[in-house]
Amino acid sequence: MKRKQIWIIALIVSVTGTLVSCIDKTPTSKEPLDLQELTKNQQEEHGTLVTAADVQLTTPLNAAWVTEGKAIYDVKCQSCHKLTDEKLVGPGWTGLTKRRAPEWIINMITNVDIMLEKDPEAQRMLEECLVRMPNQSLTKDDARKVLEFQRSNDGEK
Amino acid sequence: MYISSSKLLTTIAVAALGISSFSGCKPKSAQAAAGGDAGKAYVAPGKYDEFYNIVSGGFNGQVAVYGIPSGRLFRIIPVFSQSTESGYGYSEETKPMLNTSHGFVPWDDQHHISLSQTKGEHDGRWAFANGNNTPRLARIDLSTFRTAEILEIPNSAGNHASPFITENSEYVVAATRFSVPLDDQNGDVPINTYKENFKGSISFVSINQTSGEMNIAFQIRTPGVNFDLSRAGKGKSHGWFFFSCYNSEKANTLLEVNASARDKDFIMAVNWKKAEEYVKAGKAKKQAVSYAHNVYDENSHTATSTLKKEVLVLDPADCPDMLYMIPCPKSPHGTDTDPTGEYIVASGKLAATIPVFSFTKIQQAIAAKTFDGAYDGIPVIKYEAALYGEVPKPGLGPLHTEFDGKGNAYTSMFVSSEIVKWNIKDLKVLDRVPTYYSIGHLSVPGGPTAKPHGKYMIAYNKITKDRYLPTGPELTQSAQLFDISGDKMKLILDFPTTGEPHYAEAIPASMLMKKQRKIYKIEENTHPYAAKGEGKTKVERKGNQVHVWMTAIRSHLTPDNIEGVRVGDEVYFHLTNLEQDWDVPHGLAIKGANNAEILVMPGETQTLKFTAERAGMYPFYCTDFCSALHQEMQGYLRVSPAGSNVALAFSTGTNKPATTTGDSSKTKTTKP
Repeated sequence: MKRKQIWIIALIVSVTGTLVSCIDKTPTSKEPLDLQELTKNQQEEHGTLVTAADVQLTTPLNAAWVTEGKAIYDVKCQSCHKLTDEKLVGPGWTGLTKRRAPEWIINMITNVDIMLEKDPEAQRMLEECLVRMPNQSLTKDDARKVLEFQRSNDGEK
Repeated sequence: MYISSSKLLTTIAVAALGISSFSGCKPKSAQAAAGGDAGKAYVAPGKYDEFYNIVSGGFNGQVAVYGIPSGRLFRIIPVFSQSTESGYGYSEETKPMLNTSHGFVPWDDQHHISLSQTKGEHDGRWAFANGNNTPRLARIDLSTFRTAEILEIPNSAGNHASPFITENSEYVVAATRFSVPLDDQNGDVPINTYKENFKGSISFVSINQTSGEMNIAFQIRTPGVNFDLSRAGKGKSHGWFFFSCYNSEKANTLLEVNASARDKDFIMAVNWKKAEEYVKAGKAKKQAVSYAHNVYDENSHTATSTLKKEVLVLDPADCPDMLYMIPCPKSPHGTDTDPTGEYIVASGKLAATIPVFSFTKIQQAIAAKTFDGAYDGIPVIKYEAALYGEVPKPGLGPLHTEFDGKGNAYTSMFVSSEIVKWNIKDLKVLDRVPTYYSIGHLSVPGGPTAKPHGKYMIAYNKITKDRYLPTGPELTQSAQLFDISGDKMKLILDFPTTGEPHYAEAIPASMLMKKQRKIYKIEENTHPYAAKGEGKTKVERKGNQVHVWMTAIRSHLTPDNIEGVRVGDEVYFHLTNLEQDWDVPHGLAIKGANNAEILVMPGETQTLKFTAERAGMYPFYCTDFCSALHQEMQGYLRVSPAGSNVALAFSTGTNKPATTTGDSSKTKTTKP
């Protein structure tokens, strides 16, 4: 048994040795970046999920944010979300800010890929709607303004 | 016979050891050589190639992008030819890109690529491409891999010696392959008045270092030779340009014979710094011409074409010390400067040697006036006075040379179908490998720059024959990849290419990957017909034109029901893709359109023109698979007879009351 092991090791060593000796020793041209590292670096650009502590809700509403949030809604959200309780492609927004935590809404807007991967509620919505919510390239500030508009849509003053 | 298990193992181990040692390093044949190194071309699933290979498309008029070392095709960039796939040259926004002084020219023959440089090295900003047939130059933005600009070249015919670039991207050049009567002369002359009426022309096109925009800074009038290829000087020879000329006989028929009569043609050396001085000193004359300058705006997503009417021309007769001719055997093709800028390698297609000229000796010869007469008033430097040496018996039909930055040159040999590696200093041939078959250009990553990246070499072969599965009379094109990191060139991959690649460049992937644009921001869209949000969608009639402000998002088009269009109307579908995520294009096609589809990137607006030729129902749909409900992304255009009173109406998600006449609803509603 011992001899067998020794020979197997010898065999592995010799084969590996031979292969290694064949790898070209001429230096390759300088590569400033590790290219294959980049295969892992193509993720969403919005960064990490926000937590409850990151979102402060104030009353009364920030009127400027409501207006700006509505403008963003018109361009980027309206195609799929109505302001009523009616579902279009995605759910209607009436009551949204009562159903969902502020950080959940912001994460869904800015980090939808991570949410669909990890958050059971987001996954349940996908099963219902069958269309992945698009990443509409909103910043966290944009998303916060949309949230202010959603609060206004839910009757907050 | 009984053999103990341990002895058996020993025997196997010894045998395996023997086999592995023998088969490991010393392949016996060319076949084994290729097989043994094939792993070097393997890029595992999910992994990236080391280089982008930007490859000319030849007669398809486009530019292709391959990965090296895998040979995988990533993209075909529409440049000089219409592309049914993207709608380039079919959409209203991109049609002006193909405008010329001859009107709309939807095709060209694309031969050579130059990547922008700073201090003689790749900088990853732009790729330039030449249109050979209706002379044009294109600039491709390497952050979008799209054609950003096309400039027509006046006084030119067959823009072949182009688009070679200077070491800080000061200029790209465009030298004419055909000499012709100039654009402001009567071209309606007997062809056999060639020697009297036909002139050559070299354009120096300046590049705006911020925007990249091209402008013909000046042209140089030349004798009526044919220009073939070119390279800028670099390092010590920066400020000079070298052009290969054939047909110094000035033949105008059966050039195959008549332009090969003389022993030597010329390399034309241009002192372009001197030319700049002459332009500054007011020596250039204004000439009335007409040429198109087409620029694509990334915010309005629209190209504009401007006809320019004037060009500055330098006549060598007024500009001493600007041009010199260097005799060169025989019908030279490539003229290539080595990374130091000292050596100029001329590849005479019909010559038995490769002459290597020395920049230092050229300067000495000019200073000492070691001339051998003049050619049309341009001093001809004595061959021996300019020559560093000749590579003896390199092979047959040398075409083009590139460099690895380690003192070696690689010359493609068309006639003997091989690549020859030789040392620049002692001019000794070091290695040769066959190509399959009849190589044209070759490309070493960074090969034309002051700092080649080396490692690989790609051969673009002209003949395919039996190299791939046969597909009738017309075959794929054949490229071959070699590992040049060692002393010997090793074939590691065959890969098919599309169009007919001539020249190509390769650039490290790491220089371009991080700067790739992913979307167009909808906020920055200034297209006059953009619908930024579904609330902005509408349909308006202007005479017999009907404009549709349409949006696309996964997975519906708005509006998707359109009525009130009449036979004879021109319908413009202005589709805005509201998506803001990477890799979510939407397409649009409509039944019966005498047109291609449009493919619209996130945040972009593109316009498909449809002419209603007979009454009926015209379905339209999204052509790019976008989501699980992509198949549902569809709609209808109703076309009524001319003079019909069906009112213009549009909607999404609304079923209107059925009417055949006079549906008065003009406002869009989304109530189901």
